[in-house]
Formats: sequence, structure tokens, C-alpha cells
Amino acid sequence: MLSPALLYTILLIVVVLGITLFIAMYSTYAERKVAAFMQDRVGPDRAGPFGIFQPVADGIKMFMKEEIIPDVSNKWLFILGPSIAMLTACMTSAVIPWGKGLTIGGTTFPMQITDVNIGILYIFGVVSIGVYGIMIGGWASNNKYSLLGALRASSQMISYEIAMGLSIIALIMMTGTLSLKEIVQQQAEGHWNIIYQPLGFLIFLVCAFAETNRTPFDLPECETELVGGYHTEYSSMKLGFYLFAEYINMFISSAVISTLYFGGYQMPFIARFVHDPNLLSILGTVFLFAKIFFFIFFFMWIRWTVPRFRYDQLMDLGWKKLIPLSILNIFLTGLIMWWMGNVK
Amino acid sequence: MDTSVTLPGETKTYTTLNLGPTHPATHGIFQNVLKMDGEVILDAQQTIGYIHRAFEKLAEHKPFYQVTPLTDRLNYCSSPINNIGWHMTVEKLIRAEIPRRVEYMRVIIMELSRITDHIICNSVIGVDTGAMTGFLYVFQWREFIYEIYEEICGERLTTNIGRIGGFERDFSETAWRKIRHIVKELPASLKEFEKLLVRNRIFMDRTIGCGPISAERALAFSFSGPNLRAAGVDYDVRVMNPYSSYQDFSFEIPLGTNGDTYDRFMVREEEMWQSLDIIRQALDKLDTLDDKTSFHADLPDFYLPPKEEVYDSMEALIYHFKIVMGETDVPVGEVYHCVEGGNGELGFWLVSDGGRQAFRLHFRRPCFIYYQAYPEMIRGGLLSDAILTMSSMNVIAGELDA
Repeated sequence: MLSPALLYTILLIVVVLGITLFIAMYSTYAERKVAAFMQDRVGPDRAGPFGIFQPVADGIKMFMKEEIIPDVSNKWLFILGPSIAMLTACMTSAVIPWGKGLTIGGTTFPMQITDVNIGILYIFGVVSIGVYGIMIGGWASNNKYSLLGALRASSQMISYEIAMGLSIIALIMMTGTLSLKEIVQQQAEGHWNIIYQPLGFLIFLVCAFAETNRTPFDLPECETELVGGYHTEYSSMKLGFYLFAEYINMFISSAVISTLYFGGYQMPFIARFVHDPNLLSILGTVFLFAKIFFFIFFFMWIRWTVPRFRYDQLMDLGWKKLIPLSILNIFLTGLIMWWMGNVK
Repeated sequence: MDTSVTLPGETKTYTTLNLGPTHPATHGIFQNVLKMDGEVILDAQQTIGYIHRAFEKLAEHKPFYQVTPLTDRLNYCSSPINNIGWHMTVEKLIRAEIPRRVEYMRVIIMELSRITDHIICNSVIGVDTGAMTGFLYVFQWREFIYEIYEEICGERLTTNIGRIGGFERDFSETAWRKIRHIVKELPASLKEFEKLLVRNRIFMDRTIGCGPISAERALAFSFSGPNLRAAGVDYDVRVMNPYSSYQDFSFEIPLGTNGDTYDRFMVREEEMWQSLDIIRQALDKLDTLDDKTSFHADLPDFYLPPKEEVYDSMEALIYHFKIVMGETDVPVGEVYHCVEGGNGELGFWLVSDGGRQAFRLHFRRPCFIYYQAYPEMIRGGLLSDAILTMSSMNVIAGELDA
């Protein structure tokens, strides 16, 4: 017999996963609409009113397409690649606190699947595994363009993870915890980390773009150079998994950015007007999603505005600019903390 | 299949990468076999001929007026220039006197097609660096220019515009209105496009120093057009050897200094502004001209009479018959005529033995020349540079292979 707590956790997992997939699905639609808006076009408008069924149609199309596994490829690894990419993309949402939690009849229902005390490390770890999906897929395709894409992806991810990790260290020095829930709780009443860590935030943001392979860091899959990059040889839903994983990653990155630097579900000033804790909690979740949607829009905005880097320039930016900057950020944070006794 | 190569005396193994013929960045069909060390290009071998259609030989078997549709398919981004260039070559051979009004109309059409050519080239440089948006901002104007062509000759891409001696009919009111409209409205879009790219740090980093060629090497390869001017040589056929009344216009020839992708981009960008200015001047000159009606030269031996006259009058019927059956006299001689195409000096060398077809016809196709310099320009660069160099040289497969 399942205990109610376990049942609730399973329910929460299903809901969070469902929401993640739903948002990722509609991100593809949003991306096309945003692109259309920026480029004076209409965008998808055939499937349903305003084309809102377009992602469904795309999904069906992906499933119905013929699946081709090249003869010269390594079949198991070829299948493993997109699986890892998709799996890791779905796993990260487990530690993100989506809300304060509801209290119904004396029982508290948290809105976070699990509050591991190394939440940030968990996200980093899982995201790092994600690059294996691309690497394995690109290598197993036995295609030179795929291999080049996979090479670019792995070197890019490794370089930018260092800067990302270093920018987070400064944040952790301030917060003193790795648990995402506690980090959010510390940011109550408008004490958002962005105010204390502007440089760290910028570094983190740039690295988040690189980690999600979005323009201007979309070198692994830039179609004008590498045909399709690491997924050149993929077709059908395996290709769909790769593309989908990118959108899930974008959603998760936006969620992590909002949680770490923009107070997560915390809203300044609202607590003075709304006194029902449950309502407040729901409002907080809505507010978190508003932030997430803003960042997803921001990702798209950048994508349709700037060109992409060249491979060596990307490495230059990562190693010669971002890493020294993030080390400087650690020093500055340390100095200020020492000077002020303690920030918080 | 293992396609890696090891050079004799070296222990390192290099990769062979087939860039093309069906690569998304090779706009058209050409192949480059690259020898790569990681992403660095050590050597390149270009292959041509994927869409070779033997145009020169084909054209030698057709009467002059049937050669025009073949020229459409050379540089299909600016086919009106090719068409008019060919017409002017024949007119040079038969020593035709072209009315001023027709020459100004031709200048307008040629400058419009120069704009389309440069719009395609520059916006595709943007696309190849990953900036898709600017492409769509200006590309709608290319569509609009195609509508003007459609209004004038009924076709959009392969225009077959004009006839030997002028145009088949006068421009309609709609055509004039649309030409005036684009002169007024294009600058805003062009400015927006430039705002996106010209001072964009990433774009500048990507394109400055990418695929450079020195003025000496460019001249040695006999470059022409924007690619030569980007290297700093002020050679423009419109000025050096004016045709179709270009001497009446005042315009500037933009020059680059390094001959790299950024300079080529900027030269094309500035040429679009100059072209707009030329069209503006041509419209003004047409207004001041006394002649408001003529749209072709008086060439009964080459210019088909109007169809209604063919049915009614004997002379028209005779001339119609003579032109179509190739019974008109063509002088014996040899002419070379060149125009400043969208992409460089487009030349036609025509040898006539008095027959209805050319004895020998050669097209000087600038893309064919640029493509020869391509390996030299990309050697030592990265794969991304090779792609940008290709798109910034605007090598059009149709013109390359002919």
C-alpha cells in the first residue's frame, strides 16, 4: 500500500513532468511566433485558431516519419544518444521549487519534488551528462559533420561549465547553502540575488545560453556550416528528442535563472495585501512562471537578433573572458563579505 | 569508409571533408574537397560542372534573340543585367542607335537588379553567420522588385526582359509607381538591416579578416566587381567604360581596404545606396526628357513589328518573317561588350560571320573567376570562414558553370 506522501510525490512528478513537456512543446510554437513577430511575418496559423495545434501536428509528424538508422552507424549508441539527451533534460526539473507549498487541512504539500541539500550540484551534474547524449549521438552517426558538431558541443559545454560553476560559487558564498529551496527562501521581500550578484548573473546567463546550445552559441548544430550538426543523420522521433531536449533545457535554464537570481516564487510586496498562505503560494507559482516565460522569450529574442560566434571566438570568450571574470567575481564577493562582516 | 589521408613524411592524419555538392551553405551546386586538421582547412580542391549546360555552345546554335533566355540562367540573381548586357552586345555589332529614354529605362532596370543581387548576397552572409532576421527585413524588397519585373515583362526570376533595341512595350503606370515606391521605401529597411549587422560586435568579429585577398592577387586572378573593389581597386565598368548612358549619372564607387568578408559586405551595402541614387537620378532625367514615348530603337531588321501590324500591313509581315526565319543581314565582325553585373564584369565576346547565329560566343562570367581563387582564400581558415567567404563572394552556380 502506498503511503499518501509517496502518492503525492508520484502525482507531483507526473504533474511537473507534464508541465515541463507541455511548455517545451509550446516553446516550439512560441519560438516560431516570436520569430515571426520579429521578422514581420505571420508564423504558423494553419492548425487550429492562430495555429495553436501546430506543436501537436509537429509531434504527430515526428512520430509518423520513417525512421532511418544508417548502416554504417553504431546502432546501440545511435539510439542511446537521443535517449540520454531526453532523459537528462527531463531529470533536472526534480529539484526546482515551483512554489511555497500548500497547506490543506493541516497537511503541507510541498511544491518541489525533492529538496536535496545539493540541489545546484545535482542540476550541474545532470546537465553535464546531457552532453554525452550529443557526443554519443554525433559519434555514432559516423558522419563527419555530426562528429564535428559533437566535438564542438562537448568542448563548448566543458568550457562554459567551468565559468558557470565559478559564477555560482560566488552565489553560494553569499547564500551559504546549495539547496535551491533555501536559496529561494533567502530572497524574500525583494532581496533578489541579482542585486548582490549582477556580474555573476551576467556570466551565468551567457553560460546558460552556451549550455542550451542556443544562438549565439548554437555552433554544434549550425545548419549553414555543419548541415544539421550532431543530429544530421537522425530522423523521426529521435531527431524530435534532440530538438525537444533543447527546448526542455531552455525551460529548465529559465527556471534555474529565475530561482537563483530572481527570487524564484518570491514576490515582493504582495504579502502585505494577500494574507491567505495558500493563495499566496499559488500566486507565487504563477509569478515564477511569469519569470520563466520572460526568460524563454529572452532566449528567443537573442536567437533572432544576433549572429553566432566562430568556434575559436567561442573558446576565447569562454576561457579568456568569462573564467577570469568569474574568478574576479568570487574575489569581489569575498572582499565585500569580509568588509561588511556578513552580507545577510 | 575511411577517407582520412596521411601525407608522406608526416605522422599526422588529416580528414577529408566533402563540402557540397548538396550542403546547405553551398547556395547552388558546387563541391569543395577540403583537407582538414580538426576545423582548420589545410587545403581545398574545388570541383565545378554540376550544372554545366553548355550555354556557349547552345547559344552558337540559336539566333541572337533566342540567346536572351539563356543569359537569364547565368547569374539568376540579377538576370535583367545579363539580358540587357547581351542586347547591348548585339546592338554594338549592328551599330544600333538607342534612344536616350530607353537607355535611362535600362539603367533603372539594371540598378534595380543590382540591388536584388546585393540584397541576396548580403542578407545571406547574415544567414550564414546565424542572423536570420535581417535577411527577411530586406528580402521582402527583393520580392517587390520581382513584382516590378513581372509588371514590365511578365516574369520574375528568369526575366528575359527587353528585346534587341529596347523593350517589348513601354513600362506601365503600375511599374512606374512601384519603381517610385521602392526608391522611397527601401532606405528604411536597408537602414534597419544595417543596424542589425554593420556595427554588431559578433558580426564584425566573424567577418573582419575572414577570407581576405590582396589587391595584387585579386588582379592576378582578374577579379572584378564588388569583390575587387573590396580589395581596394577602383575598377567599375560603369565608370571605366560607360555604357547605356552611365556617363550622365554621378555616383560614387565604394572601396574596401582588406578584401575580406566585411569589406565585401560593406562595399555591396554602399553600392545599394548608390544604385538607389542612380535610379532617383534616372527618374528625374526621364521627367526632363522631351521624348516620353519611345521604348525601342528603330531597328526593323531586328525588332519584331507589333503583332497587329503583322496581320494588317505587308511590310510588317515581311519583316516579321525575315526576323523569325533569320533572313536579316548581320554584319560580319567581332565585338566585346561588358557590363557591370551584380557580381562583376560580365562580358560577351561575339564573333559574327554574317550568319543568323554567332560564329563564336563567349561569356566572361565573373563567378568562374572568383571560384578559382576560393581555395587560396580559405586556406588556413576555419570551416566557418570558408562558408562565409563563399557567400560573401556571391558565387552563383548558374554563372559558374554556365
